[in-house]
Amino acid sequence: MTADVQSDVQSDVQPGVLSGMLSGVLSDIGPASTDGQRGDPARRAWVEQLMGMPVSIHVRGPRAHDADVARTVATAFASLRAVDAMFSTYRDGSEISRLQRHELTLAECSPEIREVHTLCRSALERSAGYFDAWGWRGAGVFDPTGLVKGWAIGRAGLLLEALDDGDFAIDAGGDVLVRCADPDAAPWRIGIEDPRDRTQVLATVELHDGAVATSGTAARGTHIVDPFTKTPVESILSATVIGPSIVWADVWATTAVARGVGAVEWTESLHGTSGMLVLADGTVHRWALPD
Amino acid sequence: MKRIVIALLSTISGLVLLFSYPTSTNKSVTADTAPAAGTGTGTTTGAAATGAAAAPTAAAPAAAAAVSGTFTGATVQTRWGPVQVQIVVAGGKVTSADAIQYPTGNGNDQRINSYAIPKLNAEAVAANSAKIDMISGATVTSGGYLQSLQDAIDQAFPA
Repeated sequence: MTADVQSDVQSDVQPGVLSGMLSGVLSDIGPASTDGQRGDPARRAWVEQLMGMPVSIHVRGPRAHDADVARTVATAFASLRAVDAMFSTYRDGSEISRLQRHELTLAECSPEIREVHTLCRSALERSAGYFDAWGWRGAGVFDPTGLVKGWAIGRAGLLLEALDDGDFAIDAGGDVLVRCADPDAAPWRIGIEDPRDRTQVLATVELHDGAVATSGTAARGTHIVDPFTKTPVESILSATVIGPSIVWADVWATTAVARGVGAVEWTESLHGTSGMLVLADGTVHRWALPD
Repeated sequence: MKRIVIALLSTISGLVLLFSYPTSTNKSVTADTAPAAGTGTGTTTGAAATGAAAAPTAAAPAAAAAVSGTFTGATVQTRWGPVQVQIVVAGGKVTSADAIQYPTGNGNDQRINSYAIPKLNAEAVAANSAKIDMISGATVTSGGYLQSLQDAIDQAFPA
């Protein structure tokens, strides 16, 4: 797998610098958070650390502070914890670890593992080999970690759709899925971080319904490797893909980075998506393609 | 002063590029009409926009002062229809940017709008001064979260 799953971020950012930079962001959204004094809908955020990353769920709407909303959000977090237990390669007893040690066959695994296995096969084919869940642990070991995150977010999103009059957004380690119950509602505005300065937002995109996934080399310790040359990719700092599916947005973002500079041309094939590449020389390439 | 104006024209050109960009090709786009003044380079890979001119609708102040005012770009015909961009400048900085005329004619535009092209800060209002709901970026780990932009946003909405 070429995914950026082994990142071990130690940000260089000093908290003071960050809060200064964020003052602009927060002065706008802070006061509206609980009392809706600007006329914005009520909004509530939950954060848990899962799968080694922060997962934030935001719910917006008139009932954002109701108890049943909190219960629905709890089921979404529970589903993410279950995925973590099943797919964590850091836990010896997880199903994926047992599959890797050949204590289980694929047929003996739970339907979730088999579903992810099928998706990884599909991603390998559709990415022409650049997204390879068998190619990064060596010796054909199946490690779907790079796809599981998006898949888990998508499942959690399905549970959150029970909030029929609430808008929601999930952000898991930098990949985002949003829905608006009301198509006339204000869209969610997603900031795309600048890979050269992660305290800064380089671009924004507004979205009612869909996913924004970013892969890159910005997080120190992250390695995305070209599966064909086996060398770390340095020509693309980050790739952001916006589309209807969080799984595929994530797969395409990782694939784009693995492809290196060839990704610029390759994005012409990503119908039904939009996005942005930041190249090592600072060039920003963007696209938006109809289906 | 002149440089500032050229920079503003570049911004407008970039915006025209942006709006003339949603296509099945990533090749550079050149406007069909070539108004008199203004040349700019888009931020998009390999694409140089020519022919987007700006006609200031507010008089630019005298030399030493920073530029302020509203600048409206010429209408540029693109494959997808006319595009016209207006920016507001205060103290030499772009404070807002809007397409005041843009193609709405066909179904493709509707779909493109649903997965809109990311707007770069240089072209639109600086994102840092705008409301941001969520952050997308390279994988954040639990260790990096407390210094992340997302953490700061989350804290604004306590559970």
